[in-house]
Amino acid sequence: MFSDTDLQKLLFGRLTLADIPYHEPILLVTFAGVAIGGLAVLATITYFRFWGPLWRDWFTSVDHKKIGIMYVVLAFVMLLRGFADALLMRSQQAIAFGANEGYLPPHHYDQIFTAHGVIMIFFVAMPFVTGLMNYVVPLQIGARDVAFPFLNNFSFWMTVSGAITVMISLFVGEFSRATWLGYPPLSGADMSPGVGVDYWIWGLQIAGIGTTLSGINLIATIVKMRAPGMSLMKMPIFCWTSLCTNVLIVAAFPILAAVLVLLTLDRYVGTHFFTNDLGGNPMMYFNLIWIWGHPEVYILILPAFGIFSEVTSTFCGKRLFGYTSMVYATVVITILSYLVWLHHFFTMGSGANVNSFFGITTMIISIPTGAKIFNWLFTMYRGRIRFEVPMLWTVSFMVTFVIGGMTGVLLAVPPADFVLHNSLFLIAHFHNVIIGGVLFGMFAGVNYWWPKAFGFKLDDFWGKVSFWFWTIGFYVAFMPLYVLGLMGVTRRAQHFEDTALQPWFIVAALGAGLIALGIGATIVQIAVSIKNREALRDTTGDPWGGRTLEWSTSSPPPDYNFAFTPVVHQLDAWWQMKNRNFARPATGFHAIHMPRNTATGVILGLISIVFSFAMIWYIWWLAALTFAATIVISILHTFNYNRDFYIPAETVVRTEGQRTDALAVAGRA
Amino acid sequence: MATHAIDALHRDSVAEPDDVPVFQDLEGEHHPEGSTMLGFWMYLMSDCLIFTVLFATYAVLGRNYAAGPSPKDLFDLSLVAVNTAMLLFSSITYGFAMLAMERDDLPKTQLWLAVTGLFGAAFIGIELYEFAHLIHEGATPQRSAFLSAFFTLVGTHGLHVTFGLLWLGVLMLQLRQRGLIVENRRRLMCLSMFWHFLDVIWIGVFTFVYLMGVLQ
Repeated sequence: MFSDTDLQKLLFGRLTLADIPYHEPILLVTFAGVAIGGLAVLATITYFRFWGPLWRDWFTSVDHKKIGIMYVVLAFVMLLRGFADALLMRSQQAIAFGANEGYLPPHHYDQIFTAHGVIMIFFVAMPFVTGLMNYVVPLQIGARDVAFPFLNNFSFWMTVSGAITVMISLFVGEFSRATWLGYPPLSGADMSPGVGVDYWIWGLQIAGIGTTLSGINLIATIVKMRAPGMSLMKMPIFCWTSLCTNVLIVAAFPILAAVLVLLTLDRYVGTHFFTNDLGGNPMMYFNLIWIWGHPEVYILILPAFGIFSEVTSTFCGKRLFGYTSMVYATVVITILSYLVWLHHFFTMGSGANVNSFFGITTMIISIPTGAKIFNWLFTMYRGRIRFEVPMLWTVSFMVTFVIGGMTGVLLAVPPADFVLHNSLFLIAHFHNVIIGGVLFGMFAGVNYWWPKAFGFKLDDFWGKVSFWFWTIGFYVAFMPLYVLGLMGVTRRAQHFEDTALQPWFIVAALGAGLIALGIGATIVQIAVSIKNREALRDTTGDPWGGRTLEWSTSSPPPDYNFAFTPVVHQLDAWWQMKNRNFARPATGFHAIHMPRNTATGVILGLISIVFSFAMIWYIWWLAALTFAATIVISILHTFNYNRDFYIPAETVVRTEGQRTDALAVAGRA
Repeated sequence: MATHAIDALHRDSVAEPDDVPVFQDLEGEHHPEGSTMLGFWMYLMSDCLIFTVLFATYAVLGRNYAAGPSPKDLFDLSLVAVNTAMLLFSSITYGFAMLAMERDDLPKTQLWLAVTGLFGAAFIGIELYEFAHLIHEGATPQRSAFLSAFFTLVGTHGLHVTFGLLWLGVLMLQLRQRGLIVENRRRLMCLSMFWHFLDVIWIGVFTFVYLMGVLQ
């Protein structure tokens, strides 16, 4: 491009035209698909003049409900990307036997399994969890927003920035081939000199900042903003699991940030933290990353436990069995999750004493988890169970998660782990608990709270179709992996010599196909529901016969959530209000104090993308510029003291009047 | 008996005094305030965890000299003592600024903040001099795992102090513009916690890295 390579280096760092992978047909087709799809979306938005409302009502919004919905949308979009990676891997492994090399060369296959893990954990599971917590927690505790509304918007955009940074690697340069946790020395500068690991580092670092801040935000919200009367032990169980999850986030994500910084220094500055020479110690990285990594899996599963608890109690028409034991089980899991990290690398050879300690702590975690399972079963016992879609997911979870939990306890035995370490048995185990636990929980949650968020239920039929394809697909896809793991097949292999294994992989690929149908059914479900929204409309705000406060307001809730702050007397606050013939006041509304929208979050998010891109490609001038811009914009933001406004009493009267009319139609006034 | 128990449970769940309980706060508004201090505390604790990782890394790698220099060869305790004094003094003067704020004395607040800033800048200046000196002697972060861990731990603290100074400057400007209004008082409180927190971390660094390093 430039004859003067020094000038080119100065301007573009190590980025050259050769880094655009136009010679890879798979990527070209993907790029064409993304480009056409993206253009179609942009054109639609422009045609319907959605840009203004999108910017004003969504991107710059500090409303926890809108931010929650945007998180879930992000999770859905990234689920499609992460699942596309899964299909590629499953089909490659189904055909790459003996003489057949399959269609993915190793350097590409390695990027795909790395991207699959990173995307599914950081940009699907995390946004799902954060999104649902964001949406539901303030409503359940009777608050008008989170403690720090602007910070919430900023956190969301940092997560988006991380996701976009990872997505850019698909079309500019390459992604990491060093697995989802980037173990050195493979991820060090010597073994991975390219940009792949740097994409991974900066994507996670930026998203991690958002996650930590949102954790702080939600803890402050739960601790400080509960409605009067709601003592901690009268708090809905989902808020308890959210509280514990956010405590884990604040206590774990800084460790990820620090260890990523150390790896960054090794790669960029040439320090010797995790190198094999000059005193470095790669095993230090394993310890540090798993001190974050193990709490991370509980960060994901605890909110799912909360959702299952809410769903079980609602759809069995009973108070949750053993609420207190549920709370204590959650807290015990929170604490124990910090005492088990070494079980991820028993084979490191820390010695029998250390391995026994971590093996035993790991097995102990199954006790509070088992207590939870029994609590759900006893809630169902003699309950009037309604098998609506959220309840179906819950029942399927209970069966699936118990299997995954038992294989987990098996892996916790160090001698067994020495045999099964890094085998497909492990892959089957953690997919068993993450799909059967986290993902099923998120689907239960989305089906359960969708009517609250949008004012109409999701289509029942397509919900069930999706449920059955997912459940059956999961078993077909992952049970063969247990078998293969027991036979000694290791993970992350791009090609196999032993053709006797092939039938198992073909079955697994078919299972992935069934899951694909399940995802398709979810998309159809949403589309059909939007089309039939008038028929599915719920005007009561309480379509399931709910028990907690979010069902006491309209669907979707007004911007201010509650015209009057609820006063709580017992655990199932809304249930009690209904039983004691609570009369909704029709007069006496006040003006309501609310936070003002701001664009600072979006702007900082966008600049962060450019900053990471510049760091990844060594474009130092751009990195310095964008870094300075971030600081200046943050400082300028603090000079804005005008951050709130009042929703006038007339607006509240009008909104509540519409609600009165809607309730009258529904016969519940 | 079972039915009886369930009946009792049911009654219990709705058992309240006979009058209908109050379910909504109809008086003015319930507007919870003051989450900022709690939120900022949690931020500090999360930051503390970053330092925990760096301390742990130093503990593990701190004696991997790779045939290079050791703390005894490198550290000049008297210089570090002066440096520590700078930071400790700055914490005291920040305390005076807060006392002045409590008395609504804006000029005194500004004065003590400025003194704090000077002490902080002196600390950073001495630290930069120390780093430059080490690098000049060939003790660079790339030399050994010990030096990587040393520069990262001490440098991260220094970076925090630098951001603290920037924040201090911005806050002094905002005090000049708007005086000791509620928002600014809250910010002064946050910066105060941040500043003292860095002091505590430094005491850890001074003891663990410098004193114990030279005593070895």
